[in-house]
Parts: sequence; C-alpha cells; structure tokens
Amino acid sequence: MPPLLEVGRLNVQFRGERGWVTAVEDASFTVAPREALGIVGESGSGKSVTALALLGLHPPGTRIGGSVRYGGADLLRLPPRAMRRIRGGDIAMVFQDPMSSLNPVLTIADQITETLRLHQGLTGAAARRRAVELLDMVRIPDAARRLDEYPHRMSGGQRQRVMIAIAIACAPKLLIADEPTTALDVTIQAQILDLLRELQERLGMSVMLISHDLGVIAEFAQRVMVMYAGRVVELAPAAALFARPLHPYTELLLRAIPPVDADVARLPTISGAIPDPEERIDGCRFRPRCPFAQASCAIEPPPLLEAGNGRLTRCPPRLAA
Amino acid sequence: MRELRRLSLRFLNAVPVILLVAVLTFFLMHLLPGDPAVVIAGQDASPQAVARIRTQLGLDRPLPEQLLVWLANLARGNFGTSLALNQSVLAAVLDRLPVTLSLAAISLAITVPLGIGAGVIAGYKRNTWIDQSVMVIALLGVSLPGFWIAILSVILFSVQLKWLPSGGYVPLAQGAWPWFASLIQPAVVLALFQIGFLARMTRSAMLDVLDQDFIRAARARGVSEWSAVIKHAFRNTLIPVVTAAGIILSLLIGGSVIVEQVFALPGIGRLIVQAILARDYPLVQGTMLLLGFAFVAINLLLDIVYLLVDPRVRYE
Amino acid sequence: MSEAAVAGGTRLARRRRFPILRRLLRHGSFRIGLVLVLVLVIAALCAPLITNVDPTAMRIRFRFRPPSQDFLFGTDMFGRSVFARVLYGARLSLWIGLAVALLSGAVGAMIGVLSAQWRRLDGLMMRLMDALAAFPAIVLAIGLGAALGPASGSLIIALTMAYVPRTARVLRASALVIRELDYVEAARVSGAGSLRIVLRHLLPNCMSPLLVQMTFVFAYAILAEAALSFIGIGPPPPAPSWGNIVAEGRDYAVEAWWIMLFPGIAISLAALGMNLLGDGLRDVLDPRMKIET
Repeated sequence: MPPLLEVGRLNVQFRGERGWVTAVEDASFTVAPREALGIVGESGSGKSVTALALLGLHPPGTRIGGSVRYGGADLLRLPPRAMRRIRGGDIAMVFQDPMSSLNPVLTIADQITETLRLHQGLTGAAARRRAVELLDMVRIPDAARRLDEYPHRMSGGQRQRVMIAIAIACAPKLLIADEPTTALDVTIQAQILDLLRELQERLGMSVMLISHDLGVIAEFAQRVMVMYAGRVVELAPAAALFARPLHPYTELLLRAIPPVDADVARLPTISGAIPDPEERIDGCRFRPRCPFAQASCAIEPPPLLEAGNGRLTRCPPRLAA
Repeated sequence: MRELRRLSLRFLNAVPVILLVAVLTFFLMHLLPGDPAVVIAGQDASPQAVARIRTQLGLDRPLPEQLLVWLANLARGNFGTSLALNQSVLAAVLDRLPVTLSLAAISLAITVPLGIGAGVIAGYKRNTWIDQSVMVIALLGVSLPGFWIAILSVILFSVQLKWLPSGGYVPLAQGAWPWFASLIQPAVVLALFQIGFLARMTRSAMLDVLDQDFIRAARARGVSEWSAVIKHAFRNTLIPVVTAAGIILSLLIGGSVIVEQVFALPGIGRLIVQAILARDYPLVQGTMLLLGFAFVAINLLLDIVYLLVDPRVRYE
Repeated sequence: MSEAAVAGGTRLARRRRFPILRRLLRHGSFRIGLVLVLVLVIAALCAPLITNVDPTAMRIRFRFRPPSQDFLFGTDMFGRSVFARVLYGARLSLWIGLAVALLSGAVGAMIGVLSAQWRRLDGLMMRLMDALAAFPAIVLAIGLGAALGPASGSLIIALTMAYVPRTARVLRASALVIRELDYVEAARVSGAGSLRIVLRHLLPNCMSPLLVQMTFVFAYAILAEAALSFIGIGPPPPAPSWGNIVAEGRDYAVEAWWIMLFPGIAISLAALGMNLLGDGLRDVLDPRMKIET
C-alpha cells in the first residue's frame, strides 16, 4: 500500500542570534493509511516543529527544505489557497494547550461551523446539526446546549474534546496530535487517548501522535519515531522498539519509565540536557550524554541505517556490535 | 441575568463617583488662596462689590452649609450662574455644545478608523518597513504639540494655499460644506495625538493576540489570512482598545480646549478658558462639573460596549 | 580551583553585571531617546554657559531679526534672543515635566499599592480616582491652575492631580498580580505584616511599570505644560517657557516664523525623547504591559 504522507529530508531552520539555527535536520519518514505513528522526544527535539512545518504553520522567517508528498502534491510547494484546503480538510491538527487554542470571543458553535463552512460548504441549520453530532462523537454531554457557550465556561478536558471535534469535523485522512494530553490531568489524559483511538478506528484516519511521554506513545502507536536534537535517531514498529531499542537514547528513555509492577528506589536518568540548538556538536549530537560513546562518534554525523524488519537507527557502533 | 447584575453594579458604582465629582469641583473653588470673593471681584474692587459677590455666591455662610446648598442646587439641575455672561451655566454650556460635539465627532470619525487600522496593519506586518513607518508616524502624533501643528497648518492651508478658513465656526444650519470646512482643519489637528495613541495601543494588542495559540489553531483548520486577522485576531484586539476608549475621549476633550482656542471656535473649551481669564469662577466650576458628569456617563456606556466585546466578562 | 577557572568566573560576572542596562543601551529607540533627553537636559542646566544673553533683555533695535550667526534662532518682537529664550525655557518645561512625573509617580504608586494591599481602602480610593479621571487632564489643570493662580507650582500640582489616577490604576493592577505570587503568599503565611509586604514585596516589584509610566507622564506633562502656557494659563511672562514663546510668536507666524518654530521643535524633541525612552523601558522592563497611558 502506498503511504498517505511521505516526508523526504525535511529541514527546518530558524534565525538565531548568530545566523541560522537548524531545528530539524533531514527528517524522512512516511505515514501509512490508518496508521498510528508516534513521534517521541524531549522538548526541543524538533518534533513539534516537524508537525507545524508539514502544514506550513511555522512562524514567518523560517527556512524550510525537503519535501512533504501528499496526494500527488508537495505540500511545501503548494500555493496558499491549496494549502488552506488541506489544512482542516485532509490533514487536521490538535494542539497541546486546549486552554489557549480556542478563540475566547467566539462560541463553540462559531468555531466548529467555521471548519464545516470552509471545507464542506455547510452553513446554517445543517452546519449546526453536524456540530451537535461532532460534539456527541467526542462525548460532550448536552451538546446542543453547550454549542452556544464560550470556551471559558469549559474545563481543559472538554476544550480538548472540542478541539478534537473541530479537527475531525471534515473527516481528515490524517490527524496530527501535538502533545494532546500533556496539559491535562492524568485521568483525563487516558480518556482523551481512548477517544482518539476510537475516532481513528471509526473514521479510518491516520494519526500522528507527538509526545514527550513514552508511556503515551506505547499505548497508542503502531510505529514509533524517536527524535533527538533535530534528528531522527530511531524508527521502528512499536513492539520491536519497546522490546529491543537500538539507539542508546531510546534505551535510556525506556529505562527512565517507571515500571508499573515494581517498586524502584531511584529511576535512572539521562545525564546532561538536550543541547542548545545554537551549540555546535560535531558528529553524533547525543555523544556528550551517551554512555556508549566512542572516539568515532565525534568524527562525522552518523547516518540513519537500516536494521532489518523496517527498523532504522542512527547509531552505527551499536548496530555493528 | 449576570449581565444585568454587572450593569446595575456599575451604575451603583457610578453614584459615589458622581458625588465625588461634585464635591471635588466644589472644593476647587475653595482652594483659592485668601477670600474667593476678593479674587473674583479683583484686587481693586470696592468693598461693596466684594460684599455683593460674597452674598451672591453664598460665601458668607459656613463651608458645610455651602456644600449642601451646592449639592441641593445640583440635584435640582441648577449648575450655577455665570458672573460675566448673565446666563445660567447650563444654558451657556448648551449654547456651545454643538460646536464641541461637531468637532469631537469629526475628529473621532478620523481617529477611530485611522488609529485602529494603522495599528492592525503595523501589528500584522510586524518588523517590516510598513510597521516601522506607521510607528514613526504614530510616535510623532503623540510627541508633536497640537497647538504648534495647528499654527503650521494654518500657515500652509489657510494663509498660503487659502483652501480652508483659519478659524471661526459655521453652524450646520448654514450648510453642510461650510460647516465641515470650518471644522476639518481643527479636527485633523486634534485627531493627530489620538491617532498616534490608538495606533500604538492597537499594535501592541495585535502583537499580543497574533502570538496566541488560537490564531495558529484557526490557521490549522484552513482559515484564510484575512479571516485569521479580522475575524479571529481583531475582536480580541478590541478588548484592550475598548478599555482605553475612555482615555482617548478624555484626551479628545482636553485637546479640543486647546484647538478651539487656536481656531477661535466658540465651543465649551473656549468657554472655560474665557471664563478663567474673566475670573468667572462659577462658570469654570459649572462647566467642569458638567464635563465630569459627561465622562462618568461615557464610561458607563463604554462598560456596556465592553460587555458586548468580551464574553468572559459577561459571565464573571 | 585553578586560576583559569577563577578568571573565567570573573569574566562571566562582568558580562552579567548590568544586563538590563546593556539591553536598554542596545535598544534603538531607547538610545535615540536618551541622546535627545540628555542633550536637552544638559542645554537646560548649562544655559548660562552656552549663552551670555539674558533671555528677558529687550533690545528694540534688534526686533524681528531672522536667524543668523549673531542671532542663532533670530529675535522676537522685543528684540529678545529666541535662542536664549528657548534655552532658558527648557529649564522651566523640563522642571515641570520632571516634577509632575516624580510627584504623580510617588502619589500614584502609594495609592495603587495601598489599595491593592488593603482591600477596604480599595473601593473608596478607586472611586476617588474615577472621579479625578472624569476630568480631562487639560481641563483639570485649567481649573486648578485658575484656582491656584498662574505659577509653575500650581501647574505642577494641577498636572500631578490629572495624572495620578492613571498611575494609581496601573500600579494597582501590577500589585494585585504580585500579591498573589507564591513568595508573597509565603511571606504572608510566615507572619509578615501588611506594611512589610507593601515595602518589601509590592513596591519593589512594581518598579518597572512605575518607571515606564513615569516616563510617559513626563512626555505628557511637557506637552500639557506647553499647551497651557500657550493659552495663557501657565507661568506668567516674561519668564520664558516653550509654550508662551510659541504663543508670543503666533501673531508673527508668517513673517517672523522663527519665533514660534524653534520652541515648537524643542517641545517636540523633548516629548519625542521621553516617549522613545518610555518605549525602550517598556520593551525591556515590562514587555507584557499593553496600555501606555
């Protein structure tokens, strides 16, 4: 089956105080129809920037390179008008902070029907009926009444449900969820993830779930892409990745998850911090924090290597071992 | 319901403010060093004249009694009587109201679209040459003294080009064009400061809103640039702008005092200046009081507008 | 510890010593504003050193001389040097601006912070501020100036009263935010009295908005003073103030344009300088502040 979305050597650069700063470097990956792809990494790893770049939502003054193939077109070279048809129509997005992602001066109805009008030409009573259906789908009780409320009357979890309702309004082929549960309480997190999984099933869409939380990824994704300091360091089917991580960074991330069934006095942590994007690190960018670093790691940036069974890793020394 | 409660609360709050405005203007007169009657009559007035003024204004009675009489008069709609004009303060103010209202209306009609428009464009085009030039002009607007610009403008448009009259007021009854021509120059001069003020404020409000997540979320669902700016950002930008509308109107009235003076427009501002120069204190006092009342009323109106603009307030 | 480490440490410390000042000096509008204001302040302070001409000395022989080498800004209808008058006028204008900014800042800060801390005071104080703010600044100054008599002192009091309400409101809003912060809460829980909280926490943390506010008030006060002097409600002549020089030159604006031109430019530069300083201070100290009243 051909992929739904094919990202080729995506590069994103921002203007820093001293010249251009690379936020994403040569990221290549695909999303298959109906697939749930998880992207994991610490904050600053470039995962959100990748998602925003796909839809052209990066801040002005950003330099973008590479290609994003979708439906026979390259999204990066699409004229604005065509891009807007994709956004919210074919590819929709849910953001991290539901408290600030809804416009405070417009009602819930305004914001849902706006999408319906833009992409499906639905207006008036028809749009309203559809909006009620959507709120029902995301399990907001008493949908017809709540439709005319303003966002500030709703809790964070409810607002995230509204955001999801807006995102699925036009039955998108791909839903990009950027840290959709991070800002929510733990109990609500699980509900939102369940909802996303159910909607994915029901609408037959692909989901790209971005999170810093491996637990969330483990629960949701079929395939996982691990990013570190702007580079993809590992890409693998979820089961295989969790069973046997190939990249040292992934391994350390996994070890830092508290096991559910055992008491541990102290969790191992990864020493050091994610490097400042403006800082120059030769060779492998994880090297300063890597317990397995060798002299060769400093020489040149390691390539992303095939490791069999659809796996990729950016750590030649460990692959050789 | 909540809206009603909030509104009635605001009306209740306005009551002590009105009272305080009245008391403040009362004491204004009594700040006069020495005997107000002497100051009003002039240093070389005869003792009889001073005594007459003293009884006329009730200055011979104790202060608390004077205050009560003052408030009681106000309650009956009596704002005092001018010494120089032989006219009640209310009548004098009402006579000149059309001039000041016309001036303010034209000035506001220039200020609001230009100020808000410039601010929105500058904010949207932030850090481009468009933004920078708009902001330099706005900065000049809030820095150049209006009365000086007025003189320069008269030299250019009235003396050199002879396009517009250099002063004087033509009532609307004598034709719309003469009326407009007599006011357009003062109105533009008066508007400059407020345009600059409004543009600077709108721009920073706009920058604030454009950085919000909900703007990005709107773009993510395929909203056009125009709609993202106008429908999603602009209404949020209006919230702080409406909050500052009272200040803008206050600047407008303050500025009109000066502009009326330069262009010899017989409005309320000129009335109050002439009253001061003629030592007509009851007229100064009464005019200030009426202006104060008008502002309390305007601020109440703005509260209602605010309620319409920001749904969050409606539910508080 | 090695010597290199110590040296590195001090270098770091030096780089970090005045971070706010450094950021201000890198701010374009702040720099321009600072230069403008400094030039005017120095000119005002050193007026007797810059010119030995008495600004009030009339020399009818030299009436209406256009700007030239002998009369830098020309002379007015009494043959007085416009240059000397503008220079000495700077003293009065800047002094009034400074006094109004400082006084309204002090009074406004006090009212604002106290209302934020003692909520029972709040209602009354804010109503009083509403009442004062109901009079446009110029109108209030005219009324008070009329009552107190034409002198720079009464102008200062009048303009101060006009600008106190806005300063008080800005400071109250900041103080209300700060008093809810965790560390102030902690101080309260650990038994700090109200006065201590006001002095130790609220006032010092409100300094940024206060400073920004005072800078803008300075600019407004310069403009207001000039306007009031212009319409004849200001310090009485013959003492030069920028506003009354423009007023005197107004009748000769076409033939002897220099009389009104130079004081007008001086007013503009002073207000421009203060506004630029205010913009810089706001951007660096208090980037969240929206209303620049």
